[in-house]
Amino acid sequence: MGEQLLTTVDWARAQFALTAMYHWIFVPLTLGLSFLLAFFETIYVKTGNEEWKKITKFWMTLFAINFAIGVATGIIMEFEFGTNWSNYSWMVGDIFGAPLAIEGIFAFFLEATFFAVMFFGWNRVSKGFHLFSTWMVAVGSNLSAVWILVANGWMQYPVGMAFNPDTARFEMENIAEVIFSPVAISKFTHTSSSGFLLASLFVVGISALFLLQGRHQKMAKQSMVVAAVFGLLSSTFVGLTGDEAAYAVAQKQPMKLAAMEGLYDGEKSAPVVAFGIINSAKQPGDDQPVFLQAVKVPGLLSLLANRDFTSYVPGINDLVFGNSEHNIIGAEQRIANGKIALTELARYKTAKNHGNLVEADAALAIFNQYKDDLGYGHLQKPADAAPPVATTFYSFHIMVILGTMFPLIFLLVLFFAFKGTLEYQRWLNYLCFFSIFLGYLAQEAGWVVAEVGRQPWAIQGLLPVGVANTNLAAANVQTTFFIFLTLFTVLLIAELKIMIKQIQIGPEA
Amino acid sequence: MIGNLDYSTLQQLWWLIASLVGSIFIALTFVQGGQTLIFTATTNEDEKSLIINSMGRKWELTFTTLVLFGGALFAAFPLFYATSFGGAYWVWMLILFTFILQAVSYEYRKKPDNLLGARTYEIFMFINGSVGLLLIGAAVGTFFTGSQFSLNMYNHVSWETPYRGLEAALNPFNLGLGLFLVFLARSLGAMYLVNNIDHEPLTNHCRKAAWINFLWALPFLLVILGGFITMEGFAVDPENGRVFMEKGKYLHNLLAMPAVLVLLLAGLGSVIYGVAATRFLGKDSGIWFGGIGTALVGLAIFSLAGYNHTAFYPSVADLQSSLTIYNASSSKYTLTAMSYVALAVPFVMAYIAYVWKQMDAKKLTLAELTGEEAKEMY
Repeated sequence: MGEQLLTTVDWARAQFALTAMYHWIFVPLTLGLSFLLAFFETIYVKTGNEEWKKITKFWMTLFAINFAIGVATGIIMEFEFGTNWSNYSWMVGDIFGAPLAIEGIFAFFLEATFFAVMFFGWNRVSKGFHLFSTWMVAVGSNLSAVWILVANGWMQYPVGMAFNPDTARFEMENIAEVIFSPVAISKFTHTSSSGFLLASLFVVGISALFLLQGRHQKMAKQSMVVAAVFGLLSSTFVGLTGDEAAYAVAQKQPMKLAAMEGLYDGEKSAPVVAFGIINSAKQPGDDQPVFLQAVKVPGLLSLLANRDFTSYVPGINDLVFGNSEHNIIGAEQRIANGKIALTELARYKTAKNHGNLVEADAALAIFNQYKDDLGYGHLQKPADAAPPVATTFYSFHIMVILGTMFPLIFLLVLFFAFKGTLEYQRWLNYLCFFSIFLGYLAQEAGWVVAEVGRQPWAIQGLLPVGVANTNLAAANVQTTFFIFLTLFTVLLIAELKIMIKQIQIGPEA
Repeated sequence: MIGNLDYSTLQQLWWLIASLVGSIFIALTFVQGGQTLIFTATTNEDEKSLIINSMGRKWELTFTTLVLFGGALFAAFPLFYATSFGGAYWVWMLILFTFILQAVSYEYRKKPDNLLGARTYEIFMFINGSVGLLLIGAAVGTFFTGSQFSLNMYNHVSWETPYRGLEAALNPFNLGLGLFLVFLARSLGAMYLVNNIDHEPLTNHCRKAAWINFLWALPFLLVILGGFITMEGFAVDPENGRVFMEKGKYLHNLLAMPAVLVLLLAGLGSVIYGVAATRFLGKDSGIWFGGIGTALVGLAIFSLAGYNHTAFYPSVADLQSSLTIYNASSSKYTLTAMSYVALAVPFVMAYIAYVWKQMDAKKLTLAELTGEEAKEMY
């Protein structure tokens, strides 16, 4: 029954989404908390004040608990490309494998080696070398994010490669283009700074809990100030890089942008929807309204997308069905082109296998005319080119609204900290504690925007998910999905229980 | 210089690099072996904690090397990555599950309120060290015994059995290789503990365990060596790339590549010396001989599988779908670019060695586990 309802690719997607979302509970905290540990320990080494060593060690304990499960969920991601997405691994492995290998060489060893020094080296290495190691863990964690986001950026905006009809795969032609792609850069800067933000929320929130409980007040306030400064700087950077990321999406993935804003019909001076309830029955090409309720700010989407209030932003309908007035070739036409490309590719390969070089050359010539739309040839109908709009829209708006709120919290914390009345602002301390969960919500929402908004593509415009997956009976992936679900949930509960206990014990134990 | 290398040289170079990483991983499985000793080589909780804390400082190094092995294969031989991982689905998934269990176990075992209790995390470690290694060995065994897959015109894999690779564990050669790895890792783990821990009752047990587990590994080593000498292998015709069965192929490979034969014999000799020196000469340095010897043996095994016109990931279901280092590799551009990246590897190895020289200058003692820093201990 399950097999009839959901196909292998659905289960493979569900499994990857599950793994990625679990993994993403732990990674952003690692990215930011590693730097906060380095800040705390630097203050300790500079001042020689043992209080700061205690602070460093307390947050380090929480870091390790989080780090372990981050590693556990991370290894799955790398190998899942092979197990569940084997066609993908073959068709783009020539490009995609490189950043993963580079990540291993440059980042993972740095992280793993200095992690051990950071935890077990207090009495085994000098103070200076220990501090250096803590910084190296932070650098290593974030270098790892660079490479995985180069890989992810390439999935969103494939550059620096060409399709080789002889091997029937995409092959790298320029590694610098892959590494320095504008999408990869904006992905890394936005994602890593959002990790700094989350870790700041975490430290501020747990410290606020101590203030509410009247425990460890001095340590809590010291931690809060450092984290709030880091958080404020990070959230400013998150805003700037978020704008840059949205601009990159507008330029390179216009369909995703249209889904993020629920824009079906392109327009000049396109609005941003400040608040909206999507009409779930709406389909591309029909006359139904997009929103049941909406509050719009005119021109803002045009500004965001093209740096110009009056510019034209294409909508889902334009990208699905085409718009000759604005020179947009729609998915409808591209699917037709793609089907020709696929037919000619098959003819080319068969002719070549039979040694019929004349026919092979003829097929290749036609293939080359249409090869840019090769990936579209796998889609069944034009509307398949659009991602799930409601999920993308709501995730994007949740992320942006929360992202706007966080810097205000950090500002308030700093304001009352400098007034010396932080411990008396119970409402603010409750808000800080609750914001930890909002921070995680914003993180997950960000991933949903990036990855659901990319659908139906595994590689934007080149390879749909339905072709990228492994040829495997759905029951296999279904089984591993539930094994992962159970295992990760049990481990998450264990992680939370251990972490809560350590917070209860506090730094003085 | 790298830019001038021709395609086939790059492919051979990358098989060497991937083999080297894989071989180092096998040597570093002393961590997995050590994990399985917690139930047999200890007489009390303190000794168990000593083993776990000793291994707990190195487990990430092994784990990271495994991840790099995967990354190197993905980058350099993507068709292998796609065919083996996607095809032998269940073998790789089960291996991964055991590594998930390992990754949390060190950190969570002794923490209060850890949901599952210390014993469960210890069992997780044991599963990783036994089942995980057995399956890795069986998967490597298929480099010689073949797998049940075929590739279509676009190199997309189809697996011919519903067991998706688990059938490999039933083949005596594959099973032999898996069990050899399990016992060898236990022997290496014991030698490592002798070197890393200052606690005589435990190290005395470990000296014995290094020897006994090596003896247990011997029959399985004979299965492997016997297999290499007698089995049919998957040869490639260099003229047209066609794969065919050749009697005594791996013996021919050994004779055609004397360097590989030297690697194999030197590696085995080194392991034997390491174990004997640990058990009978009272030396603490046996792990260096054992570890380096294991890496040399690993390198020899991977070389036998990939070089001298041999299909390294053969298919018994469709011989012509078999993978060679030439038809499974990345493009020349990618291999060249990655070769430049690989130049960084010696520097990475150098800082790892420097850091661990500092960290392991003092042996681990029971006092350290109960002293001022006890809270950080596993």
